[in-house]
Amino acid sequence: MKIGLFIPCFMNELYPDASMDTLTILENLGLDVVYPMEQTCCGQAQANTGCSHEASVLAKRFLKIFKDYDYVVAPSGSCVAMVRENYAQWLEGEEGFEHLKKNTYEITEFLHDIIKPENLKFSFSFPHKVSIHNSCHAHRELHMASMSEKNEPEFSKIKTILNLIEGIELLEPSRKDECCGFGGTFAVSEEAVSTAMGIDKVNDHINTGAKFITGVDMSCLMHMQGLIDRQKLPIKTLHIVQILAGGK
Amino acid sequence: MSSKKTILNSIKANKSQNPIELPETNIPHMHYEDKNEKFATMLASVGGNAIWLEDGDINAFVKEHYKDVTVITSTIENLTCKTKEANLAQTPHELEDVELAIIEGEFGVAENGAVWVKNPKNKYRALYFLAKQLLIVVKKDAIVDTMHEAYERVRFDKDGYGLFISGPSKTADIEQSLVIGAHGPTAACVLFV
Amino acid sequence: MGHPELAEKFIANDERMHWHDKALWFVRAKRDNASKSVDEWEKLRKVASQIKAHTLDKLDYYLEEFEKNATAKGLHVHWAKDAKEHNEIVLRLLLNNGAKKLVKSKSMLTEECHLNPYLEEHGIEVVDTDLGERIVQLRKEPPSHIVLPAIHLKKEDVGTTFEEFLGTKKGNSDPTYLTRAARAHLREKFLGADAAMTGVNFGIAETGGVVVCTNEGNADLGASLPKLHIASMGIEKIIPRLKDLAVFTRLLARSATGQPITSYTSHFHAPIIDGQMHIIIVDNGRSAIIGSKDFKSSLQCIRCGACINTCPIYRRSGGYSYGYTIPGPIGSTLGASKDLRANKTLPFACSLCASCSNVCPVQINLHQQLYKHRQSVVAQKLLGFQKHTILKIATWVMKYPLLMDISGKLARAIVPKLPRSIVYSKVNLWGKKRELPPFPKNSFKELYKQRKGK
Repeated sequence: MKIGLFIPCFMNELYPDASMDTLTILENLGLDVVYPMEQTCCGQAQANTGCSHEASVLAKRFLKIFKDYDYVVAPSGSCVAMVRENYAQWLEGEEGFEHLKKNTYEITEFLHDIIKPENLKFSFSFPHKVSIHNSCHAHRELHMASMSEKNEPEFSKIKTILNLIEGIELLEPSRKDECCGFGGTFAVSEEAVSTAMGIDKVNDHINTGAKFITGVDMSCLMHMQGLIDRQKLPIKTLHIVQILAGGK
Repeated sequence: MSSKKTILNSIKANKSQNPIELPETNIPHMHYEDKNEKFATMLASVGGNAIWLEDGDINAFVKEHYKDVTVITSTIENLTCKTKEANLAQTPHELEDVELAIIEGEFGVAENGAVWVKNPKNKYRALYFLAKQLLIVVKKDAIVDTMHEAYERVRFDKDGYGLFISGPSKTADIEQSLVIGAHGPTAACVLFV
Repeated sequence: MGHPELAEKFIANDERMHWHDKALWFVRAKRDNASKSVDEWEKLRKVASQIKAHTLDKLDYYLEEFEKNATAKGLHVHWAKDAKEHNEIVLRLLLNNGAKKLVKSKSMLTEECHLNPYLEEHGIEVVDTDLGERIVQLRKEPPSHIVLPAIHLKKEDVGTTFEEFLGTKKGNSDPTYLTRAARAHLREKFLGADAAMTGVNFGIAETGGVVVCTNEGNADLGASLPKLHIASMGIEKIIPRLKDLAVFTRLLARSATGQPITSYTSHFHAPIIDGQMHIIIVDNGRSAIIGSKDFKSSLQCIRCGACINTCPIYRRSGGYSYGYTIPGPIGSTLGASKDLRANKTLPFACSLCASCSNVCPVQINLHQQLYKHRQSVVAQKLLGFQKHTILKIATWVMKYPLLMDISGKLARAIVPKLPRSIVYSKVNLWGKKRELPPFPKNSFKELYKQRKGK
């Protein structure tokens, strides 16, 4: 199985360590992982701002770069949701698109659905209280956990995977899937609401008593960490891959 | 062109050429082991109460439970506790002083504590809302599980007006604080006989 | 002012904003409990959505059926293509019947048509009888929510308003006391009214009647005292069959307030004795939306307000920040469909969290509609030159990996060396309340290449 590693543009530039952790996790499973050098960005910021033409240019580029891999795996729920839920408007009918759409996974989801929890072993412990951040696109578009809005059986792929790690104590904020207010360009175009939502969310995480906040989207975590750093709050964000790769 | 025509033409020009099918409404739905209990619980949750009257003596019940009430109307014939004949009023406005309206309900709905009320012989619908308190009399065992079954029993062939009443009138428009008794009755009791 | 500026004003009062957020979250939580008490909830949503979608697909047919059946039952049906015609019909009916005093129950449609000021200009006394609506009417404010019109007010605010207009005791803001005072005040209005207006929750094509759902009993009290009852109904309120109500009445109140059903679910198929009942069917831009594949389903809305209560933006920005009759996700999509230029910031007043689409009892894909409206904003060149240019440049850079790498490298080298006052200058909206992440020496790509080189 040949895996195309898809690293979100801003993670490539700003979070090389978490990106490397993603690669490490996959390689430790003995998988054949390639990072296609010509990749840049999936176009989500453009798409979410309504710049359809610009987004379509990047979507077409993305398809060309990634269409020949068995799986495309990324450490981001929202970038994966962009491919799976939003690319169709520009790529419907294009050669290789159906395959790409079906086989693009957020890494936790990939571990859960393709590798399967019973085949996973983590040889380290992470004896900390961790509050789960259910980022919206992973949560409601990729449906990685049951939604508070719906009448559906409880489940969480994130919790299932993290619970395989010894010593970890998983917690959830009182509003377990309320948006943190990042929202892409929303973070600046609606700065006041975005930061108000962010602070509320961070406080909800803090009130669990957790030491760390973890989630599958660095963008949400970056937004919350920015607020935490400014206000010097007693909690720290970690991308889920930073825990899964060995928990430093 | 008339506005009706304008609107209908606009709809015709815009609507889909492949309409989706109208689905069945009677989906598999909840059934309650004890419908009476569910009904009573739901009614209590919306500020009303349900009572099962073993002996069926409504007059005695009213005498006992509505001691200080003097202006009583009823859509049920031959109730001795009645003190005012609602249908004899010249206008519905004359029912403003009614303290207790005893009305008939056709059946209750367990899932929400509502009672279907039609009373074809009642002249003034205002009665249900002007009266200070409501006593809705329903036949014992006339309770359905859900609204699906309820609407199977509802018809509008002749009568013009009917409603589901679930508890007393209420509002939470001031700071989400529930206040029982908004514009309509401040109390609603469902009496099963 | 657009949504971001109005929202910022609301948020400036942190205590009030959090109070507002909690009040609405409380309603959302009640809705969650109610929806989870019904095993077949998700199935109900699906069926409700299908019924509404089907009806919209054959709306011309069902409207004519409705008119035919309503007329056969002695009701008078009128058609209004826009707000102006609607208001004129109402006024004409009132004048023809010598009616000067009108009691009105909640109807977002009449808000949309700005009926009250029109009637008042023509000498009609209009009294909104829903408690929340009466409160905002006395304060000369529009409703800030479609189900909870006065949700932006604290009980003390209501106390002050009632003290001024209803003569309640100074400083008494007990909700029960205030509600009783309003009851007495409005009872007089009901008894003295010449005509009543109600909205319509559902118009039944099969029977030719309308259904109105309320908790306070104000719609019924109004419609059962004066001889003239006028009901205003948007074209999208039609449902095909009486039994469809089983689905909608199970969903509506649970979604709206978490109640199992409204206190009153009234079915009107006739006027009161010696009275008249008129139904005004109103288009006002709706039929055009039917033609839009992306936005058609916004007409499925049953006005429960669940999307508004769950919206994390609405809860923190308040109803007035939207500047449209209906706030929140549903208002943002309807407003954008109606007048994109005037409402161009509304599709962006959304973090695309998708909570709205999942609480919606008729499965409207609200967040996707707002996403699509953004494309229209850009297509109609309403985005703003600066924002669009930045994204165009970024896209151009992203087409060339080398250029992207160089830009990244430069940023990572330069930004950490800049003085804080420059990095966190006014133009950096991110940095107003947030720190930027640390800028690392190497990108992942560089590390990956280095590793491969070894």
